[in-house]
Amino acid sequence: MAPEASGLASRVVGALRQAAITGLIAFGLLLPLIGFNTVQNIRNELILETRWPLLAAMVAIIAGGRFLHALLIAPWLARRALRPRPEHAPRARLARWLVPFALGFAIVYPPLALSITGVQGAVKWIDNFGVQILIYVMLGWGLNIVVGLAGLLDLGYVAFYAVGAYSYALLANSFGLSFWILLPIAGCLAAFWGILLGFPVLRLRGDYLAIVTLAFGEIIRLILINWVSVTNGYAGVSGIPRPTFFGIPFNASDEGFAARFGLEFSPIYRTIFLYYVILALALITAAMTVRLRRLPIGRAWEALREDEIACRSLGINTTNTKLTAFAMGAMFAGFAGSFFAARQGFISPESFTFMESAVIVAIVVLGGMGSLIGVAIAAVIMIGGTEIMRELDFLKAIFGTNFDPTQYRMLLFGFAMVLIMVWRPRGLIATREPSTFLNARRALPSRAPQSEETQASLVRERHG
Amino acid sequence: MSVTSYDAAAAGARPSGSARPSNLAPVLRVEHLSMRFGGLVAINDFSFAARRGDITALIGPNGAGKTTVFNCITGFYKPSEGRIALQFGDPGVWEELSALTERGTRSVTRGDGMLFLLERMPDYLVAHRARVARTFQNIRLFQGMTVLENLLVAQHNSLMWASGFTVLGALGLRSYARAERSAIDKARYWLDRTGLTDRADDPAGELPYGGQRRLEIARAMCTDPVLLCLDEPAAGLNPNESADLGRYLHKIRDEHATSILLIEHDMTVVMEISDYIVVLDHGQKIADGTPDEIRNDPRVIAAYLGVEEEEVAERAIGTQ
Repeated sequence: MAPEASGLASRVVGALRQAAITGLIAFGLLLPLIGFNTVQNIRNELILETRWPLLAAMVAIIAGGRFLHALLIAPWLARRALRPRPEHAPRARLARWLVPFALGFAIVYPPLALSITGVQGAVKWIDNFGVQILIYVMLGWGLNIVVGLAGLLDLGYVAFYAVGAYSYALLANSFGLSFWILLPIAGCLAAFWGILLGFPVLRLRGDYLAIVTLAFGEIIRLILINWVSVTNGYAGVSGIPRPTFFGIPFNASDEGFAARFGLEFSPIYRTIFLYYVILALALITAAMTVRLRRLPIGRAWEALREDEIACRSLGINTTNTKLTAFAMGAMFAGFAGSFFAARQGFISPESFTFMESAVIVAIVVLGGMGSLIGVAIAAVIMIGGTEIMRELDFLKAIFGTNFDPTQYRMLLFGFAMVLIMVWRPRGLIATREPSTFLNARRALPSRAPQSEETQASLVRERHG
Repeated sequence: MSVTSYDAAAAGARPSGSARPSNLAPVLRVEHLSMRFGGLVAINDFSFAARRGDITALIGPNGAGKTTVFNCITGFYKPSEGRIALQFGDPGVWEELSALTERGTRSVTRGDGMLFLLERMPDYLVAHRARVARTFQNIRLFQGMTVLENLLVAQHNSLMWASGFTVLGALGLRSYARAERSAIDKARYWLDRTGLTDRADDPAGELPYGGQRRLEIARAMCTDPVLLCLDEPAAGLNPNESADLGRYLHKIRDEHATSILLIEHDMTVVMEISDYIVVLDHGQKIADGTPDEIRNDPRVIAAYLGVEEEEVAERAIGTQ
């Protein structure tokens, strides 16, 4: 009893000492960064302001976190490391149920949001969260073909997204063609640009390819800015026709969707319709990826990622194989782009900066290269996380009314990246499901328990 | 001890080597091959022929240019000078060689015979059209993919054709499913031959070293090659595995229409399995002939074997 109490006391003292040191360091670092703030007053004079309460709050959070870590989390981690690792069967079962559950949730999400938040609130939840996340899920899945399967690091993916968006916007405005005709055309045009870019650059590898694709993304953006007579430059293209419900427009007229179906007019119908369109497009992307992985072309992509020279020694035309991957990825970006233009009704080069490419690459890398589920989870976390930050108004009560959580978006992105790289260096889901099995019957049951765990356990099991 | 086993192994190989007909037309003819990297002459006016159905070994000290010859044959390097001709089907097509060279095209067909000038073809066409398969000195498997997938990637071109260049396959046509089943059957045949059937669904990178070597050969064989080029297939294998490899290569030679060209340092393996040996030193051919002739050739002993036997003798004295 007595030694336990003294042990606890000494642990508390130790934790307090660590917290004090950490707090001191945090204070030293944050004093110039947070404590002082320069603002321009109305006469354009730069004046120094102090933010002592904010500084105190941040130092307190950091020191408190350190205290809790030293007192509770570190001993818990140490204890856990000593325990034998449990079986991963429950996790595998979770993985098996995750896909149907996520799919079902995605399908019932709009009515669910509608019934919980009512018509006014639902527009925000379906549009800002649902549609926005699904666009990035689709872009992530599209880029996954190029980066995850074929192993070609493409940092200019947003260029094809832009080609798709502008194809739809300009062709719809000039020729009055409908969304459903222009969707495949925009995809084809983006794929065409993918091939056009691919021919000269695909002999490059690794870092060099990444730099050239990055430059290509910038070239497309600069063309959009400078070719004013066609693209209207910085001002962008506005008045883009919105998609119709197979010919029935979503407006308040007698011919509109609401009137035809005897409903009261509301913008929510269009939002829900758009949600299902992008959901369908994303699922088509996923289905195509799953299908192609089982075909020779998909296996050749993965073989190319593993070893290009061995591919050539087996008679695989690596240039064509890379081009198909590039074109396929670009095509899905084109679909997503034309959907984006139709949803926004307005596009400008601002929407297609390098930042977008970086976010999409980050989604693919964080999710785990080649894993559809991982990429979808990463998109939900990254994009949903950004959107959720807009909702955190209560933080203003703590940090003052000038505090804008969305400004910390990039900081949190970076933080998430570092965490993932430390915790799971190969992405959230790093395992690869083989495209075929020799013994079909043996395949699923014996594979399932391993599907979640890294290959290391396999080695331990059989040859340890 | 190593000397006696080497002699016994070589003697054992003699009957099978000499019993084979020797008047077969060559499958591969390399003529006046030169390869220069800047000022460095890696291969200088090198000529040899590999007969159909033979196991031809290319040996020589380190840096002699053996792998460079392989890279020229398989299209990974463009030779500076020389002609590399490969033929299959009706041997009469060899008569077209000079006409083909004059014409400047890649290949010629006569009846069911085809003749290719490999130095004019890119690497993937050498494998795809001229049906030359190869393995690598440092194993190049698709490590993250399963053993079975490795063997299916090797059948890429025939499967691409069967899947209608992805279009028909994506639509889920029966004909593609049949083609894939037969591809898996072929993979299973080679898995059985290499004893890897149990590991078929494991990632290739997890196989033991010897298994990876065997898988790489099986993968090359899945392309139905006319000529199989093996770059040091016995490197890193223990004596038992080397002996297995020898039997395995003999089976390939005897049961399939595949001729074998191999680079090897392990003299036991070379003397045991090859029908014909070409010795390369400093980019030049110094000798060629049957294993017996090579073993007794003074130039070869001076350049290569002599040094090694001296070392063996020294070591034997050292241990005593």
